[in-house]
Amino acid sequence: MGSTEINRCLSLFISGKKNYIALMKEETLIRPRTHGQRWRLPLPKFGRKRQDQVAGRLMGALTLTAALLAPLMALALLLRALPILRVTPLTDLLTGQDWAPLKGLFGFSPFIVGTFWVTGVGMLIAVPPSLLTAIFLAEYARPRLRSLLIPLIDLLAGIPSVVYGIWGILTIVPFIEKVAAPWASRWLGVLPLFRSENPTGYSVLAGGMVLAVMVFPIIISVAEDVIRAVPQGLREASLALGATRWQTIWHVVLKRAGAGVLAAIVLGFSRAFGETMAVLMVVGNVAKVPNSIFDPAYPLTALIANNYGEMMSIPLYDAALLCAALILLLLVLAFNIASRWVLTRLVRYE
Amino acid sequence: MNTKIAIQNLNAYYGKEQALKGIEAQIPAGGITVIVGPSGCGKSTLLRCLNRLLEETNGVRVTGQVLLDGEDIYARKADVTEVRTRVGLLAPKPFPLPMSIYDNVSYGRRIHGLEKLERRNGRSLDRKVEQYLRAAGLWDEVKDRLHDPASGLSTGQQQRLCLARALAVEPEVLLCDEPTSALDPISAQRIEEQLKLLSAETTVVIVSHSLRQARRLADHIIFLWMGNLVESGPSAQMFSAPRDERTRAYLYGDIG
Ligand SMILES: Nc1ncnc2c1ncn2[C@@H]1O[C@H](COP(=O)(O)OP(=O)(O)OP(=O)(O)O)[C@@H](O)[C@H]1O
Ligand SMILES: [Mg+2]
Repeated sequence: MGSTEINRCLSLFISGKKNYIALMKEETLIRPRTHGQRWRLPLPKFGRKRQDQVAGRLMGALTLTAALLAPLMALALLLRALPILRVTPLTDLLTGQDWAPLKGLFGFSPFIVGTFWVTGVGMLIAVPPSLLTAIFLAEYARPRLRSLLIPLIDLLAGIPSVVYGIWGILTIVPFIEKVAAPWASRWLGVLPLFRSENPTGYSVLAGGMVLAVMVFPIIISVAEDVIRAVPQGLREASLALGATRWQTIWHVVLKRAGAGVLAAIVLGFSRAFGETMAVLMVVGNVAKVPNSIFDPAYPLTALIANNYGEMMSIPLYDAALLCAALILLLLVLAFNIASRWVLTRLVRYE
Repeated sequence: MNTKIAIQNLNAYYGKEQALKGIEAQIPAGGITVIVGPSGCGKSTLLRCLNRLLEETNGVRVTGQVLLDGEDIYARKADVTEVRTRVGLLAPKPFPLPMSIYDNVSYGRRIHGLEKLERRNGRSLDRKVEQYLRAAGLWDEVKDRLHDPASGLSTGQQQRLCLARALAVEPEVLLCDEPTSALDPISAQRIEEQLKLLSAETTVVIVSHSLRQARRLADHIIFLWMGNLVESGPSAQMFSAPRDERTRAYLYGDIG
């Protein structure tokens, strides 16, 4: 959820509250029956203090449950993953290259690396255009154009990921197969990163491109909000010194909005990292560490989604998949903590 | 008396609302010109027309001419950034740029590429920064913390930093929109002193709410009323013998 939506919800909530207060004032006040009696609020069944207490406790309990959900989930995953952790040390699982459940080989390395490849390529494709779009919307677009474009971009955020997956299969994959891969191997083939030995088009690049389109609206909407929140007086301070529009944006606006823009990117990254459906439909799902953006990959999410519930009779298979889920969870967690740490430092030094 | 800025038939509109109506006025070179008038009469609007900053506000339209040394800054071939470099602005509230004190002062010079020029001449940017911080009366307070974030300064110090920052690009004209309105009396007095000193070499234009401040500072007065220019002239004459009824009323406290 972008912060625009949060703001919208918030303002709705606030205006709703105002209406509520107005209601309280006009309608629910009980008219005094006899002359000289004061207006009063209808009293609830039990005392207001008691009501306050009960509401407080109820909300406290709900909050606690929500807060404990993630640790409990991690714990449950850990318990279910224990059988495989007893047999194979975690370091072997993390660095193991081979995935052959029938032989009892469970190496997660290709999946972890695959996840990072796809997410990384996706972010590399997504971040520059999203930031430029956000800058355009916040700094250059007239209000009318902006109010026309933003809802259109927000629409992207509402499309179910399976639709993105299908779109990827129908357009991105053939595009890579017929255009991008041949072109790249012809002109950039000397670089291993662009060498193409996979003729199908189902690849890291396909996953990255689909992911990029999925995170566009998130990064754009949050970054645009953050950039627009920079006070106009600050822009004018720079412009009044004879700075150009772009110098002002680069040296002043983006510097001031830096932490928030980074937060927008982090939000996009988190979304991309855990995205499953659209990616598994286009990355090819080959359990091998990719060497080029045209190689297929097999991210952790796809591994779990594709295999859980099948061939569960293979010993330790279930435990291995849950261990993969645990690793995914911990990676996301570590990433969130790290980004929070960076963000608080950035804000402090602003 | 040399005319630095000549304003000719200047109109400014916010959307459909006309905030300035056919202003005709002259600002002499050197000295301090103070724009006075009741709240909402268009003082800030007029000031921001003089360095074309007004057009950064949405929905604004400006017609007419503003001649800076005889050349129209609204002409098609005029370069906005050059206009703003020659005509600096000190805003009513300080907006320190999100960087260190030192970088705030040197910002203007760096974006104009003056920094390298100075290196070649063997003069360092450091000396310039010191010079302008001194000119703004801030040097002694910040000389040991030049590389701290500017946001850590007090409001009065921030305003003087903004003055130093504006001076550092060496403008020919300095526009000040109620430069002391956010300040305590002592900081305000310091800013006034600096502006007074500065007016020896630079043309200073100040928007002021306070007639007392105008009396203290002005060599020349422009009096606006509801978007119209009522009267302009040397301050001695304006204060002793105002020609217009409205000026007299304003000066003696009947309106505004
Ligand atoms: N951004 C804006 N949008 C619409 N109208 C504006 C805007 N800024 C100013 N105005 C209008 O233009 C007129 C002149 O405003 P201006 O700010 O120039 O007045 P001022 O003389 O500086 O007043 P003050 O002494 O209160 O600062 C006012 O009627 C004001 O309502
Ligand atoms: Mg004003």
